[in-house]
Amino acid sequence: MKKFFSKFYVALVLLFMYIPIFVLIAFSFNESKGRNWTGFSFKWYGELFHDRTILGALGNTVIIAVIASLLATVLGTFAAIGIHNMKKSTRSIVKNINSLPLINPEIVTGISLMILFSFCRISRGFVTMILAHITFCVPTVVLSVLPKLRQINKNVYEAALDLGCTEWQAFFKVILPEIMPGVISGFLMSLTYSMDDFVISYFTSGPQSQTLPIVIHSITRKPMTPKLNALSTLIFLVVLLVLLASNIKSSHDEKKKKRKQKIDIV
Amino acid sequence: MNNRKFRMFSIPYLVWMLVFTIIPLALIAFFAFTDRDTGAFTLDNIQYASKYLPVLVKSVWLAAVATVICLVISYPLAYIMSKMKLNHQRTMMMLIMLPMWMNFLLRTYAWMSILETNSGLLNKVITFFGFEPVNVMYTQGAVILGMVYNYIPYMILPLYTIMVKLDGRLIEAAQDLGCNTFNVFRKVIIPLSFPGITSGVTMTFVPAVSTFVISQMLGGPKNSLVGDLIESQFITAYNPNYGSAISLLLMVVVFICMGIFNQFDNEEMEETLK
Repeated sequence: MKKFFSKFYVALVLLFMYIPIFVLIAFSFNESKGRNWTGFSFKWYGELFHDRTILGALGNTVIIAVIASLLATVLGTFAAIGIHNMKKSTRSIVKNINSLPLINPEIVTGISLMILFSFCRISRGFVTMILAHITFCVPTVVLSVLPKLRQINKNVYEAALDLGCTEWQAFFKVILPEIMPGVISGFLMSLTYSMDDFVISYFTSGPQSQTLPIVIHSITRKPMTPKLNALSTLIFLVVLLVLLASNIKSSHDEKKKKRKQKIDIV
Repeated sequence: MNNRKFRMFSIPYLVWMLVFTIIPLALIAFFAFTDRDTGAFTLDNIQYASKYLPVLVKSVWLAAVATVICLVISYPLAYIMSKMKLNHQRTMMMLIMLPMWMNFLLRTYAWMSILETNSGLLNKVITFFGFEPVNVMYTQGAVILGMVYNYIPYMILPLYTIMVKLDGRLIEAAQDLGCNTFNVFRKVIIPLSFPGITSGVTMTFVPAVSTFVISQMLGGPKNSLVGDLIESQFITAYNPNYGSAISLLLMVVVFICMGIFNQFDNEEMEETLK
């Protein structure tokens, strides 16, 4: 009985989460523009692929996300190494500053950067967008690299020096490989944050640097069009594929680990 | 390389944070307290912003209601999830993260086509069964629904993360010592999961109280929230001084709310430790 209730409850919550999405997807195949079902059609997908604004925005989104995430990852990784070696009191101050962009409401971060750019008379566009995206990605990178640094065995680095490595060699051959998983996850998180961000981009973009979320926002303010449903369906599929792939990979890794443990025991 | 050399690595980052986080926040404070034309110190902007206190109260109220609903729905779900088989847990995680990764504009847009009064799906279903159509779109209820729908994954995930780590032996010990199910919940599970509740509430309340898109799309002009006020001061009316003053007010309110909540959290913890 208890089991039935919990299953029922889980199903109910999942229905709540997925019904709107499935409605959205279903109407992307509707022949007519309205909310009445008139027949199955792929025509909105065709229109989507001929929409210059949307395709251009997709390009902008990817370019900005890649550049901003790469720079944020470099900046954040070096920052984490520096922070890790600070005195305890300075470290806690810097950590608090680091979490400021994470706890501040997004709209405040957005308008504060908007004020900064207009104060310095920098016109809004690609550059301001990339600067803004780096700003909200860096704290995440720092937070994902710091725990990896704590796990490093300091003696290994010193051993490398004793065995004749220069300081830089030891850095690249010992420290960097050890923290690499954190660096990569920081990069991937930055990538998703950057591509998904609307609020901060809205206040820092110019007419030439519209990303996908900004274009979606302007479409939602006009009369509804199934083109947006078609776009949602494609985004849903991409996210689904990425999640499935990462899921399969992590369960594969786990199995490998278990097998290795078994061998170790034998 | 000694510690000092490593410490130098963080200099570019520190400069970055100064220029793009601290100075912009200082600029908000600067603009909030200066006159638009002369640049002289003034309290006029703050006075102007305080005219909108009712809007601020409404925003806090709607966000708080949405946060409580999220918590009430998510808590049992997270608990059930933590007791599932490992591979089922992984599937559930995926199912919860999937809508989270879709842009929130699209998630809100989905509700627009369901709730529309004239041609929305909800009213079609209702009238099909012979009931009177309902008016949900452009009400406070629609805004709360939008907030709950958008931010519920941010409540479920931290709760689940903490509940997976919950030590089952403590629950068994409580049962052995004579606790009934309700008391196990009240005296063991809830206090132990408090860190999850705190981070879930923060991650739901802060974006909900400062939203301007959800209220725009589902609430209409009648249900403008504090986020809409700020947006219009910066995008349509372009008056950064008024906008900054309202933003400053919003920040103060968020910090006070989180402060009260954390206080409550600490007291609760101390209470249970006694």
